[in-house]
Amino acid sequence: MNIGGMNLLSLFRRQRTAPVARERLQVLLAHERMAAGHSELLNVLREEILAVIAKHVTVDRDKVNIKLDRGPDVSILEIDVEMPAILPKVRAQGAGAAAA
Amino acid sequence: MAKVLVVTSGKGGVGKTTSTAALGAALAQAGENVVVVDFDVGLRNLDLVMGAERRVVYDMINVIQGDARLAQALIRDKRIDNLSLLPASQTRDKDALTDVGVASIIEQLRQKFDWIICDSPAGIEKGAMMAMRYADVAVVVTNPEVSSVRDSDRIIGMLDSKTLKAERDERIEKHLLLTRYDAGRAARGEMLKTEDVLEILSIPLLGIVPESVDVLNASNLGSPITLNNPTSAAAKAYFDAARRLRGEQLDVVVPIEKKGLMGRLFGRRVA
Repeated sequence: MNIGGMNLLSLFRRQRTAPVARERLQVLLAHERMAAGHSELLNVLREEILAVIAKHVTVDRDKVNIKLDRGPDVSILEIDVEMPAILPKVRAQGAGAAAA
Repeated sequence: MAKVLVVTSGKGGVGKTTSTAALGAALAQAGENVVVVDFDVGLRNLDLVMGAERRVVYDMINVIQGDARLAQALIRDKRIDNLSLLPASQTRDKDALTDVGVASIIEQLRQKFDWIICDSPAGIEKGAMMAMRYADVAVVVTNPEVSSVRDSDRIIGMLDSKTLKAERDERIEKHLLLTRYDAGRAARGEMLKTEDVLEILSIPLLGIVPESVDVLNASNLGSPITLNNPTSAAAKAYFDAARRLRGEQLDVVVPIEKKGLMGRLFGRRVA
């Protein structure tokens, strides 16, 4: 059939797509807003943790790894700091990874 | 006191420049002293929509770099005395928009005008960030369509974190301007409803501008629609939006489909 005929047919099997759009957006944006919040929080944590460590030892910024794994019930913050091998003054603090 | 307003959206092609021109003209028509500022360095278009493209001599970057004074770059509208345009540069890149330079220009404009309306470029790069940086008020232009709503959500997040107001823990006033609204499609469930968009973005509604050939005609002629066709439905929406920006409390009218029987039968084909 020609285009006019197609239009006539589509009148009978028209589906409402707007509700689908709404659902998809709500799910997506809930996710994206959380992710945006994360990156902000992580940046703040990263800077503050670095500042605390820098008071006692010199660490390479690239050797500090901070990760936030968000689960449905609990989230895990993982802080991984690689320290220089010999720490003359701060031996009591210990080196290596810490988790909270 | 002067107000700095950014017209922004994230997504391109939703009607930022058209809305900047229309809101700027509508505020000027209400007696306010208005300047519209193009932040789209390299892809300026506000001059064209305002019908001032042949009058651009100096631009914002010339002022920032000290090659011209602000007064030399400002173009006064030929139709309304109290409406001016500060064009963007067409040849430079966005890095020429320095934070210090923009701050200084905004400060100077605050001394001269009641409203400084910043037309943001699309995207989230430097031009868009600079356009929103010093804003007191934001108009988020959104089409009732998934990608536009998503980008608007992202821009709202940035308004709340990257503007000077946000950094000072002050509240930036945000408004939603729904554009290219097609009442027929909304009624048929083919387009996101106003309530849906409002619920998702949760900022107050400034107005609903219907998709209309009048808007295109106004752009073709280089005249803001509130000047070119003040009785059109789109112009009415912008006039009302301008009144709300000035603090008036008005109910928002949702456009309805005004079509006869023949329009209903055959309108779909062209829509």
